[in-house]
Amino acid sequence: MTPKSERKKYKVIGTRPIRHDGADKVTGRAVYGADLRLAGIVHGKILRSPHAHAKVKSIDTSAAEKHPGVLAVVTRADMPNLKNKIADLGEGSVNLAHLGANVLAHDKVLYKGHAVAALAAVNPHVAEEALKLIKVDYEVLPSVTWVMDAMQDDAPLLHNDVFTKSMGKRASKPSNVPTHIHFEKGNIEEGFQAADVIVEREFKTASVHQGYIEPHVSTALWNQDGHVTVWTSTQGAFTARAQTAELLQIPVSQVTVVPCEIGGGFGGKIAVYLEPVAALLSRKCGRPVKMVMTREDVFEGTGPTPGSFMRVKLGATKDGKLVAGEAWLAYDAGAFPGGVIGPGAMCVFSCYELPHAKVDGYDVLDNKPKTQAYRAPGATQAAFACETVIDELAEKLKIDPLEFRLKNAAKEGTRRVDGPVYPRVGLVETLEAAKNSPHWKSKLEGKHRGRGIASGYWFNIGLKSSVAANVNNDGTVSLIEGSTDIGGTRTSIAMQFAETLGITAEAVHPRVGDTDSVGYTDVTGGSRTTFATGLAAHEVALDIQRQMRERAAILWECEASQVQVEDGAYCHKDKKLTFAELAGQLGHTGGPVVGRATVSPEGASNGFGTHLVDVEVDPDTAKVTILRYTAIQDAGRAIHPSYVEGQMQGGAVQGIGWALNEEYVYSDQGRMENASYLDYRMPTALDVPAIETIIVEVPNPAHPYGVRGVGETPIVAPPAAIANAIYAATGVRMTELPMSPPRLWAAMSTGKKS
Amino acid sequence: MVRKTHVATTINGEPVEFLCEARQSLLEVLRETLGLTGSKEGCNNGNCGACTVLLDGQPVDSCLVLAVEVEGAQITTIEGLSKDSRLHPIQQCFLEDAALQCGICTPGFIMSAKALLDRDPNPSEHAIRFQLAGNLCRCTGYDKIIRAVQDSAKRMAGQNK
Amino acid sequence: MNDFEFQTATTVDEAVSLLAAKGDRARVLTGGTDLIVQLRENLREADLVVDVKKIPELIQYSLTEKGLRLGAGVPCYRIYGDEAIRKAYPGLVDSARIIGGWQIQSRASIGGNLCNSSPAADSIPTLIAYNVICHIAGPEGRRTVPVAEFCTAPGRNVLKRGELLTELEFPAAARHSGGAYLRFIPRNEMDIAVVGAGAWVQLDAKGETIERARLALAAVAPTPLFLADASAALAGKPATEATFKEAAAAASAIARPINDKRGTLEYRKHLAGVLIERSLVGAVRRARGEKWDPHV
Repeated sequence: MTPKSERKKYKVIGTRPIRHDGADKVTGRAVYGADLRLAGIVHGKILRSPHAHAKVKSIDTSAAEKHPGVLAVVTRADMPNLKNKIADLGEGSVNLAHLGANVLAHDKVLYKGHAVAALAAVNPHVAEEALKLIKVDYEVLPSVTWVMDAMQDDAPLLHNDVFTKSMGKRASKPSNVPTHIHFEKGNIEEGFQAADVIVEREFKTASVHQGYIEPHVSTALWNQDGHVTVWTSTQGAFTARAQTAELLQIPVSQVTVVPCEIGGGFGGKIAVYLEPVAALLSRKCGRPVKMVMTREDVFEGTGPTPGSFMRVKLGATKDGKLVAGEAWLAYDAGAFPGGVIGPGAMCVFSCYELPHAKVDGYDVLDNKPKTQAYRAPGATQAAFACETVIDELAEKLKIDPLEFRLKNAAKEGTRRVDGPVYPRVGLVETLEAAKNSPHWKSKLEGKHRGRGIASGYWFNIGLKSSVAANVNNDGTVSLIEGSTDIGGTRTSIAMQFAETLGITAEAVHPRVGDTDSVGYTDVTGGSRTTFATGLAAHEVALDIQRQMRERAAILWECEASQVQVEDGAYCHKDKKLTFAELAGQLGHTGGPVVGRATVSPEGASNGFGTHLVDVEVDPDTAKVTILRYTAIQDAGRAIHPSYVEGQMQGGAVQGIGWALNEEYVYSDQGRMENASYLDYRMPTALDVPAIETIIVEVPNPAHPYGVRGVGETPIVAPPAAIANAIYAATGVRMTELPMSPPRLWAAMSTGKKS
Repeated sequence: MVRKTHVATTINGEPVEFLCEARQSLLEVLRETLGLTGSKEGCNNGNCGACTVLLDGQPVDSCLVLAVEVEGAQITTIEGLSKDSRLHPIQQCFLEDAALQCGICTPGFIMSAKALLDRDPNPSEHAIRFQLAGNLCRCTGYDKIIRAVQDSAKRMAGQNK
Repeated sequence: MNDFEFQTATTVDEAVSLLAAKGDRARVLTGGTDLIVQLRENLREADLVVDVKKIPELIQYSLTEKGLRLGAGVPCYRIYGDEAIRKAYPGLVDSARIIGGWQIQSRASIGGNLCNSSPAADSIPTLIAYNVICHIAGPEGRRTVPVAEFCTAPGRNVLKRGELLTELEFPAAARHSGGAYLRFIPRNEMDIAVVGAGAWVQLDAKGETIERARLALAAVAPTPLFLADASAALAGKPATEATFKEAAAAASAIARPINDKRGTLEYRKHLAGVLIERSLVGAVRRARGEKWDPHV
C-alpha cells in the first residue's frame, strides 16, 4: 500500500477520472466492428465443417455461385500457397502455413467448425441460404479431443509433417506432440531426498473459452487501386495487418487495418480468422464485405484455451520449507501447433522459492479449434495444480496455508525454474495484505462452508509501443496511440501523459490510431498496455515538455535550459506561463508542437496476486455457492484504481466460471455439444457476490511510475482457491476442472476423494 | 425477391416506418435498416441481453422479437435514453463507477437497469443481481455494474424529490 | 433462417383456419423465445408463422372461485406480477419467474412453454402438479386434455393439424393446499433444468396429514413425468420428513434420465429425489400458510 506522502506526489495518477470514451459507450454511439456502415456493403458467411476430422475430397460451389444475391465464393483454392514461416503475434507466435489452413481448411478439416468455404451475398440471410448449396465431399477420419489420448502412439494423427522437437532435437516419426519443453534447476533427486513430506497429485482441466460478448467481426474492402482496408475487432491492428498481408501474400503497405471498438478479447482476438477471408471475397466482388460470426461460430471456430493433464509433486521439510518440485504438464494446442504450454511450464512454480525443480511440458495436437491465449495463458491450469498441492502440503505439515505460502514465497532474487531471477516483486506483500484483510480476519461459521486461499502469477511483457501527440492552442493535447483499448487503457495511458506534462487527464484527448496513423504497436495483451504504452506516453510528454521549454525560451529570449518547469508551468526568473498559456503562443514561436515516442522495453516484469474465497457446498446437490471473495494484487502503481479493481474483479469472476461450470463438452464424434451461452454457463450477476479488492503497490523498478500490468494475474488463482475452499467445506480434494455439481457430487459420494 | 412487410411503430418517441422481411428480427432492423446500432448482438438467441430494448415498457431481447411484430408498439432503445444534452442518471453512474470495460454489454445493462428502476426505485442488491441475470458481462465481474445501479437508484430518488 | 409468411390472427377461428391450411409447415408464435431460436438454428422450419397475441382469449386470464383460466399466450411477467395469482398459485409463479431471464419472461408464455414440449420445461411439472386441463381449439371444434397427457415425446405433443392451445384451466385453489416448483441448475439463473420438480398437496385442517398430493418431474424422461403412484402413496400420510423421504426415494426410482451435457444419469436420479423432497417441503409449508422461497 502506498504511503500517503507518495500519493501526494501525483496529481493525476491514482485519481479516478471518467474515461474518455465513456459517453460514446453509454449512449450506444461507440462504433464497434459490427456497427460499421459503408456504402455498398455486402455480407459474408463461412461454411464450417460438421466433422471433427476429415479429408476434404472436393468442394463444389457452383450451385451457390448461381444463387440469386450471391456475389462471390471463396475456398482454399483462392488462398495463396503459404510456406512454413513463423510470425510473431505478440503473445505467442504462429506458423503462417498453419494460420492459413486454419482460416480456410486445405486438404483436411481438423475440428468441427473449421472454416471450409465462404461467400458474400446481398444480405446475411441470402448468404446463409447459399451456404447450404455448397457441396463438400468429406472422408471422415477418427478424431481425438482429450490431450492424453492424443499423445498415444495409435492416436489419430492430425498432421503428417509435425515432428516432436525436444531439447533441440527433432524426432524421426510424425506425431501429435510438436514440442516438449524441459526446465530444470538444482538437483531434483537430492531435493526430494531432503523432503520430509511429499505430495504428488494428478489434475485435469477442460477447455474453456474467453467468452467475450462481441463475436469476431471484420469488414474488408479490396479497393480497385489494389489497396486493402480492413475494419476489425482486434487486440492489435498491426499484428492483424501483418497476418492479413502474409496470408494474402501482399506487402504490409498494401493493407490498412482500422481497429474498431473491441467488445472484449482476453487473448482470443489476436490471431486473424475473418480478415483475410473478407478481403478475398471483396477482391472477387469489388465491394466492402462484412463478416460477423455467430455465437456458435465463436465457440466452435475460435480460440478456446487448452484442456490439460498435469502431475505435480512437491516436497517440504518438517519446518515448512519447500525443497523440491516436479511438474509434468500436457496442454492441448488444438488443431495446429503452438499452444500455451510454454508459459504454463514457466509459471507452474513461479510463486515459490524452490531450490530444486524440474518441469516437462508438452504441446499436444487434437481435434479442437486452435487454442489461443486466454488471460494469463497457461498459468491458470498450472496454478490449479500447484496451489492445490501446496494446500495439501500445508495441511500435512499442520501449517496455516497462508503462513506456508509466506514462508516459501518468491521474492527479489528468487530464480524461476526457466531461468529469470526476479527483481523487486510483491508476492509477500499480497500475502501480508491477505493476512491483514477483513476477510481473512473474519470468522467463517456454518455447516458445509470452507475458506480457501491461492496465489497466482503472470508476466508483464514489454514489446513495442508508439504514441504521438499534438498540442492544441487551447492547452489540450490530442494523443494518438497504437494500443487498442479493451478496458479503459486510453485513459490509463492519457493519465500518465498528463501526469508527466502537468496537465489534467481531461485536457488529453486520446485516440487509437489505425496502422497508417501511428507507429508500430504490439497487441493489447500480456498485461503490457498500461505498462509499455504508458511508458511511451510518458516519453512523449517529456518530448513535448522539451519543445515547450524551447518555445518559452524564444518568447523570453533565454536558453531553453534556463526555463524551469514547475507544477506543469514554464518559468524563467519572474516570468511564468501555464501550459495552456504557452500553447496559445505556439503560432508565433515556430508553429505546432508534435511529440512522439516509441519504446521497446526488454524482458518481462512480474505481477503477483493472492485470492481468498469462502464457499458453501450444498450437501445434497453439490452445488457451490461463493459466499465471499477477495482479490489482492500488486499493481506496482495503480494509475486509475477503479479500472485496476475492475481487472481484478473481472478476472476473478472469469476464474470462478472456469472453476465451477465452464467447459467444452464433447460428443464421442468430437463435436462440441454446448456451443451457446445457455449451455456454456458463464457466470451471471446472480452467481457471484461482491468482489472485494485490495490493491498492493510495490513499484515496478522498470517503469517511471512503477506500473505493473494487472490484466491477467487475477484469473490465475481462483480455481485453486475455490478447490481449496471446497476441500475445507467437504473434505474432498477436487483435481478436475470444472468442479461442476455432477462432478463434485460424484466425488463427494465416492469415499471423499476425487 | 422476398416480399417485405410495412411496419409503423414508435421508437424513442418518434413515429418510424420501415419495410422488413418476416424473418428479420427487431434487432436486425434497428441496426441494419434504421441505423440504431447501440443495441448490440452478442448471441442472437436470447442468452446475453446485449440487445435489450424496452417494448411497451418491458425489457426484451430484441433478437427474439420479429420486426413484423412491433406494428403499433412503443420501443425505447439506448439511443432514446438521454433526452437532452445530459446523460440519463444511469448512464452517468455507469461512467462515474467505472461500470464498463469493453462496453459491448453496456447498452443492454443500462436498458435492463432502467426497466428495473422504473418498477422498483430502491431494489436490494439481490434484486438487482436477479433482474440483471439476463445480461452477461465478461469484463467487470458485475461488481461495479451493481454499484452503478445502486447509485443510480439513489440519484434518481434525489431528482424526484 | 428461411423466410416465411407472417400472419396475425385476431380470433381463434382465424388462427385455426390459417394453421389448418399449412399443417406442419405452420407455426404458432406467442412469445417466440423458443420458436425464433429454433427457426434461426434450423431446428424447425416454417412456411407460415401465425402470431396469436392479438387474440383476446389467448392473452387474458381470470381468477375466480372456480379457479384460474390462463390464456395460453399470457407472458410470464404478467403472471408473477399479479398479487392474486401469487397467493393462489405460488407454484405457477415459481415457474414463471425462472423461465429464462427477465427479457424472456416479458415475452414467453406458459402455453408456449407447454407447446414447446421440452422434457426439461420449467412450467410443465407445475401444471401437472396443479392438475391443469388444456383447452384446445381445432378444425373439428374444441376439446380438452389433462396436462399430464399433453406431451408425447421431446418436442412433440397431442396437438393435431390446425389445433391451437387456447387456455389452461387450473382447478380452484383448495383450502389447506399449496404448490411449489424447484429446479436444479448449475448457475442461479439463465439455465435449463438438470432436473425440475413440482409438488402440490392438500392437507387436513390441522395441517398435519396429507390428504391429496400430486408430484411431477422434468428432465428425467422423454416427457415431463407425473408420479402417479408416488403421489397416491402420499394420501393419508403425515406431512413429515419421513414421508417426504419416502416420496423422494420413489421419485429417484421412477426417474429414467439420460447422460447428456447437462448432467449424468446417476446424478439426475439422485437429484430427482432431492428436489421432490424439497418441493414437497415447499408445498406443505405453503399449504400451512407459511412463507417459502424456492430461491433460498
